[in-house]
Amino acid sequence: MIALSLLRRSAPLFAIGALVAAGCTTSSTSSPGSMPAPSPDPRIGLKAGWMDAAEAAWNIRVVSRTPPSKDFMNPSTPGDRRLTNSDLAFSGNHVIQGNYSGYQVWDVGNPAHPTLASAFICPGSQSDVSVYKNLAFVSGEATSGRLDCGLQGVPDSVSQERLRGIRVFDITDIAHPKYLANVQTCRGSHTNTLVTDPNDQANVYIYVSGSAPVRSSVELPGCSGGAIDEDPNTALFRIEVIKVPLAAPHQARVVSSPRIFNDLVAVARHAEDPADARQRPAGAPAPRPPVGRGGPTQCHDITVYPEIGLAGGACGGYGLLLDIHDPANPKRIGAVSDSNFSFWHSATFNNDGTKILFSDEWGGGSAPRCRTTDKPEWGADALFTLTNGKMDFKSYYKLPAPQTSFENCVAHNGSLIPIPGRDVMVQAWYQGGISIFDWTDASHPTEIAYFDRGPMDGTKLVNGGSWSVYWYNGYMYSSEISRGLDIFELAPSPMMTQNEIDAAKLVRFDFFNTQNQPKLTWPTNVVVARAYLDQLVRSNGLAAGRISAIRKELSRAESLSGSARGDALGALAKQLHGEATSSPDAAKVHMLAAEVGKLAKS
Amino acid sequence: MDRSFLRTVAGIVPVVLGLAACHGSAPMQASPAPDAGGRRMLSPAEVARADSGRPPYTQADVHFMSGMIGHHAQAVLIAGWAPSHGASPSLQALCARIVVGQRDEIGLVQAWLRTRRETVPNADGSGGHQMAGMDHGMMMPGMLTPEQLAQLDRARGPEFDRLFLVFMIQHHQGALTMVDEVMNAKGAAQDDTVFKFAADVSADQSTEIARMELMLKEIHP
Repeated sequence: MIALSLLRRSAPLFAIGALVAAGCTTSSTSSPGSMPAPSPDPRIGLKAGWMDAAEAAWNIRVVSRTPPSKDFMNPSTPGDRRLTNSDLAFSGNHVIQGNYSGYQVWDVGNPAHPTLASAFICPGSQSDVSVYKNLAFVSGEATSGRLDCGLQGVPDSVSQERLRGIRVFDITDIAHPKYLANVQTCRGSHTNTLVTDPNDQANVYIYVSGSAPVRSSVELPGCSGGAIDEDPNTALFRIEVIKVPLAAPHQARVVSSPRIFNDLVAVARHAEDPADARQRPAGAPAPRPPVGRGGPTQCHDITVYPEIGLAGGACGGYGLLLDIHDPANPKRIGAVSDSNFSFWHSATFNNDGTKILFSDEWGGGSAPRCRTTDKPEWGADALFTLTNGKMDFKSYYKLPAPQTSFENCVAHNGSLIPIPGRDVMVQAWYQGGISIFDWTDASHPTEIAYFDRGPMDGTKLVNGGSWSVYWYNGYMYSSEISRGLDIFELAPSPMMTQNEIDAAKLVRFDFFNTQNQPKLTWPTNVVVARAYLDQLVRSNGLAAGRISAIRKELSRAESLSGSARGDALGALAKQLHGEATSSPDAAKVHMLAAEVGKLAKS
Repeated sequence: MDRSFLRTVAGIVPVVLGLAACHGSAPMQASPAPDAGGRRMLSPAEVARADSGRPPYTQADVHFMSGMIGHHAQAVLIAGWAPSHGASPSLQALCARIVVGQRDEIGLVQAWLRTRRETVPNADGSGGHQMAGMDHGMMMPGMLTPEQLAQLDRARGPEFDRLFLVFMIQHHQGALTMVDEVMNAKGAAQDDTVFKFAADVSADQSTEIARMELMLKEIHP
C-alpha cells in the first residue's frame, strides 16, 4: 500500500551534471560527444518506487514534479491503465495533458508550481490532444468511450452511445472547457494531428490515425473492415481527414479518406539487414522488394510541417513522406521500410526540413525493450536525410542506457529544442526516461543530456514512464504515465551552453502541437550570435583567439548606441562573411555573420 | 447541462455520422458532476479505488486473454526453430523479434489473469483450460495443426522459410480473428488493458502479416 506521504517526493537528485561539467571545461571545443557522459551511467540501478523512485539527471534540471490530480490518481493501485497520462498540447500558460479517462489542464504560469485549472472526465483512451486557438481536439479510440463521457463503458458491441473518433471542445475559458461536437470514425482515433493550411485562414484540418479494429457498420454506417480488393470502401488502408470550419467548429466533419497506401511498390529497404547483405554474392544487386498486396492498413501518427508542405507518416511497416499542400488530399511522395523496424510510430522533421526522424514503437509501449538483450537498432529511432523528397537512411538512435525488465521502454514522443544552428531533440522513452540528443550529423546522433527514474516497482512491470516530452516556451514538459507532470529546464554544459539555451528560450508560441511542426524562427538578438560563436568553438570553425576577439568586438559594438553601434556591427558582419570561406565550418560563420548583420540593422 | 451543447451535438451527429440519434444526455462539465438523475458522478480515481484497480471484465475477456497465451506460445515455439532449421538471416531477424515480442506479451497477459485470480496457463500454453492451444477440444483460429507443426519441423533452409511464412501468416490472421471476437463480445474489451492489448495485437500482427507477405513474394515472385 502506498502511503500518501509518498506523494511528496524526497529522492535526492544526483548532481552529476554540475560535477561533470565543472571537470570538463577544458575539453569543450569539439563535437557534442567530446564531453564524456558520467561513468558508470547513473541510470543503471536506480531505486524503484512510484513517487519515491531514485532519479538521475545530466545537463537537465527538474523544475517541478506534480502528481496527477485527485480525480486521476488512485494511490492504492499504481499503474492503473485507466488513469494513464498520455499526450500533451499547449495553449498560452496552459498545458493540456490527455489521460485515458479524460484530460487535465495545468496552469504553468509558474512552472515551479503548476496548478490544476481543469480536470475533464471523459474516458475513451488515448485522449491524444491537439489545440488550435480556442479549440481542442481529443482522440477517442477505446470501445468503452461514451458520447456522454460516462464512466460505465459501453457493454453492447453495437451501440449508439459509443464515441470512437474526435471530440471537439471550446477552450475559450480553458478552466471550463465546453464540449462542442463529435466526429465519429470507423476505427476511432488513436492519435490526431492538427493541420493548418498557410493559404486558408478559415479552416483547419485534423488527420485521424486509428489503429484499432473497425467497428460494425450497424453502429456506424459505411464501416467495413474488408480487404481492399474485396471491398473498395473498406475503412482499412486509409486515413481520415476532418475539416473544421473555424467559424462553425460544430460542423467539423470527415471530408476525405485518402488512400495514401495504394500501390505502395518498390519501397527501398533503407537499412538492409547486414546479414542479408553478407549472404548476397559480391556485387550482386540488392533484391528489388516486391509489390505489397496488403501493405499498411493505417498510420499510427502523422507529423505535418505546413511551412514546407510536407508530412511524415508513421504507418504500420512504413515511413511515408506526404505532400500536404492540399491538406484534404495528402499525396504520398516517398516511402521507406526497414527490416529492423517493427511498428513505425511517429515522425519529426528537423527545422530546415532536410532531415526526418522516425521512431519504432516495438512492443506498443507496454514492453521492456531497452534491456541489454534488446538490439540497439530495435525499438529505436531511424534518422534520414531528406533531399528533394528523397529519404536516405543514415543511422539509428536508441536510448543508450540499459533498463531493467520491469521498465516498459521504447522510442516514443519528443520534439525539437530550438537551439539555432543545431538539430537537438528531447524524447520520451517511457520508463527509460528522457533523452536529449544532437542529430545535426544524422550519421552520428549523440546524447547530450538525460533524466531517468528507477522502475515503478522493483519486482514486476508496472505501467509508467514518460509518454511524451516536448519543449514549449523555454521549458520541457513531460507527461508521466503514472507520476503526473514533470517540468524540466536545460542546464548549461560544454555540449549546450548558456547562450544556446538562452537563444532557445527566445522562441515562443501562443499555442503548440508537436505533430503540427511550426517553423522555428529566432528574433534578432545578440544571444543568437553568441550561440553561433559557442558552436564555432565546438567545431573549431575559427581559431580560439579569433573567437575571443569577435566576442569582445560584439560586446563593444552592442554597448554603443545609434549609428556607431550599427556601423560597428555592420563592419563586423562584413569581416565575418569574408572569413567564412577559409573556415572549416563556413556555413556557421555565414550564419553568425548574417545574425550580426541583422543586429546592425536592429 | 448546457442546452446549446445538446442542440449542437444533436444537430451535427445525423449530418456527419448518419446516426439516428444522439444519446449525449449525461454531464459534460468538469467533474465530479451530477448525472442525469442528480446523483454525484464518481471520478475515475474513485471508480478505480472501488474496484481495487480491476475494472469489470467478462468471460469473453478471460477466454481471449488466456487463449492468447497458448496462441502466442505456439508462435514462440516455431519462431524459436529458425536458427536450428536453417532459416535465412532476414527470417531469423523476424523470428527473433517474434520470440521476444510474444514472450513479453504472454507475461503481460499472465499478470492480468493472476491479478484477477483466474486460471493462468503456463507460458507454453499448458496448464490452463487451453491445453496446448486447444480450447474445449477446438483449435484456436490460425493455430497450426499437429500435422502442420510436424511438416514445419521437418523442413530446412528455404523450404523452412516458405512454410514458416505461410503458417505464420495463417497464425497471425487467426489472432486477428480472436481480436475481432473479443471486440464484438458483449461487455468485453471494456478494461483498458484488454482493449490496448487487443488493439496492439491487431496493429502489430497486421503489420507483420504485410511484412511476411512481402517476404513470401521475394521467395516466389
